[in-house]
Amino acid sequence: MKILTGNDLKSGAVVWWTGHGWSLDVNDSADVGDNGAAIIAREEGVQNVFAAYVVDGEKTDEGVRPAHIKERIRAFGPTVRLDLTLKPSDPAALNWVI
Amino acid sequence: MYKYDEYDQQMVDVRVEEFRDQVRRRVSGELTEDQFKPLRLQNGLYLQLHAYMLRVAVPYGTLSGAQMHLLGDIADKYDRGYGHFTTRQNIQYNWIKLEETPDILAELAKVEMHAIQTSGNCIRNISSDQFAGAAADEIIDPRPYAELLRQWSSFHPEFLVLPRKFKICVIASETDRAAMRLHDIGIKMVRNDAGEIGAQFYAGGGMGRTPMIAPLIREFVPLDQLITFSEACLRVYNRYGRRDNKYKARIKILVHELGRDEYVRQVEEEFAHLLTQPIEPPLAELERIKAHFVDPAFETGLSNDLDLTDPDFRLWVERNTTAHKVPGYVIATISLKPVGGIPGDASADQIRLMAKLGTEYSFDELRVTHAQNIVLPHVKKADLYTVWQALDEAGLATANLDTVGDIIACPGLDYCSLANARSIPVAQKISERFGSAQKQAEIGELKLKISGCINACGHHHAGHIGILGVDKKGLENYQLLFGGSEGADTSLAKIIGPGFTEDGVVDAIEKATQVYLANKQGEERFLDTYRRIGMDPFKEAIYG
Repeated sequence: MKILTGNDLKSGAVVWWTGHGWSLDVNDSADVGDNGAAIIAREEGVQNVFAAYVVDGEKTDEGVRPAHIKERIRAFGPTVRLDLTLKPSDPAALNWVI
Repeated sequence: MYKYDEYDQQMVDVRVEEFRDQVRRRVSGELTEDQFKPLRLQNGLYLQLHAYMLRVAVPYGTLSGAQMHLLGDIADKYDRGYGHFTTRQNIQYNWIKLEETPDILAELAKVEMHAIQTSGNCIRNISSDQFAGAAADEIIDPRPYAELLRQWSSFHPEFLVLPRKFKICVIASETDRAAMRLHDIGIKMVRNDAGEIGAQFYAGGGMGRTPMIAPLIREFVPLDQLITFSEACLRVYNRYGRRDNKYKARIKILVHELGRDEYVRQVEEEFAHLLTQPIEPPLAELERIKAHFVDPAFETGLSNDLDLTDPDFRLWVERNTTAHKVPGYVIATISLKPVGGIPGDASADQIRLMAKLGTEYSFDELRVTHAQNIVLPHVKKADLYTVWQALDEAGLATANLDTVGDIIACPGLDYCSLANARSIPVAQKISERFGSAQKQAEIGELKLKISGCINACGHHHAGHIGILGVDKKGLENYQLLFGGSEGADTSLAKIIGPGFTEDGVVDAIEKATQVYLANKQGEERFLDTYRRIGMDPFKEAIYG
């Protein structure tokens, strides 16, 4: 699947395109197929999100998983500061990243 | 320390309000990201992997207690309770919000700080020896000259859009503690045969994807020509540096392609031309600046004795302190590399504690080192045990300076959008593997540096052992390099062979230290033994 990520303009937070808006959780990602560029053009025009780009991902039993480690870290948070990640109390979540 | 005059303060204050308006226009949609990006970068605001990152300048690594204290407060108030000290002697915050950035800059301006020229293709924050003004081996304090260069280069209209970023370093000791020859311009303050102080210039050094050691381009530049000669160096680069290819745009490529002699010829020609159009500030300006850097009121007649009966204190003194130019004082380096920790990170509380110790025990001065540690430059030996106890209580008394645990590491893929691999977990594993005091004492000085990509922010080219993280078909892979040095014996490390996994590279380093210990002669460091016996014994042990 193709998923779409960007950064929230005001907070800088990493966000993922859900099909009708943006979410902080990669598991909410929608498959944008070939429409990524069009969605980016439209959404960046609205000015809420910037630096958006399309990445490969896959739907797994545990949710949506970006194909490359860079986007998995982007989705999860720094692997060296579990307390700052989306799953601060789940050390096993690192296995999802690496 | 230098204190802003009304012009300095006005420049910074005006810049804050200018940026506040730019942020307002960006949020309201008047500016697109393409329009805004160069503006935010000129104010140190990057976009990293997770969020905005703000890089705050620490000119030549020198801070007052109040400045350091504010850096801690900013970490608490605007970030997530910590900051990251960098290899450019700066500090970065990783979780900044756009709309709060002007307020942060306004708070910084109140203590004479800013984030100007910490990004972009301009002259960046000028670095220096972290022991400046305290070192027993310096011929003069290099910071007034660094400050003069800072003032010259700040908002210099001709050099705000250079072909690429430009880094200058100023030192004044034979012992190079600032990687001077790995800068675009390295300046070493020297004394000539007549006993006059002047500047020795090196140009065209750097790390990154094409590492180069800067060649000497002029033995002696008189003090009243320092800015003029610097301007000539920059002009030639600005005129002929390649703007068509960012990977070939640094001055090191120009000097290499022209050849050192031709670059020097052009600089001298430009220099002669500039001397006819006096641009040099009057020496009185240098004297005004120097007045800010007079020695603090050191006491005289102090004892050099230290009570070293506490074994942990003794170890820290042996490893983390350096001789001071004044008897009875010592330079203390605070390691930001606890065993298993994140190199260069400090919590807000730790930052404020260091600020307090700097204020109370080091004449209100602290320094940031390019090795991502903090220095208290002027501690009375009689106070040293008290200082150490406070550091120890805060987890800041790791005794590992310049050992295998004192690792330089860039933020890597955990934070950086340019990185290909994580640096910090590798540093943590090495630090844990070699964490015991006994092991570190056995191995002695071993400078290990890790970069998460070819841009080399972790200085891997200059490591006795360097590690470069690469992306190998979507997996993190680590190349190992041996033989680099950033000191007076500057050399570039060489790749030893195929790369490793994260655990594999830690094992390889352990094997390398075993080869070193089996072959070392006398007081040889790892680097000395490597230079004497060459790479083959290490390769044989590592690759079998």
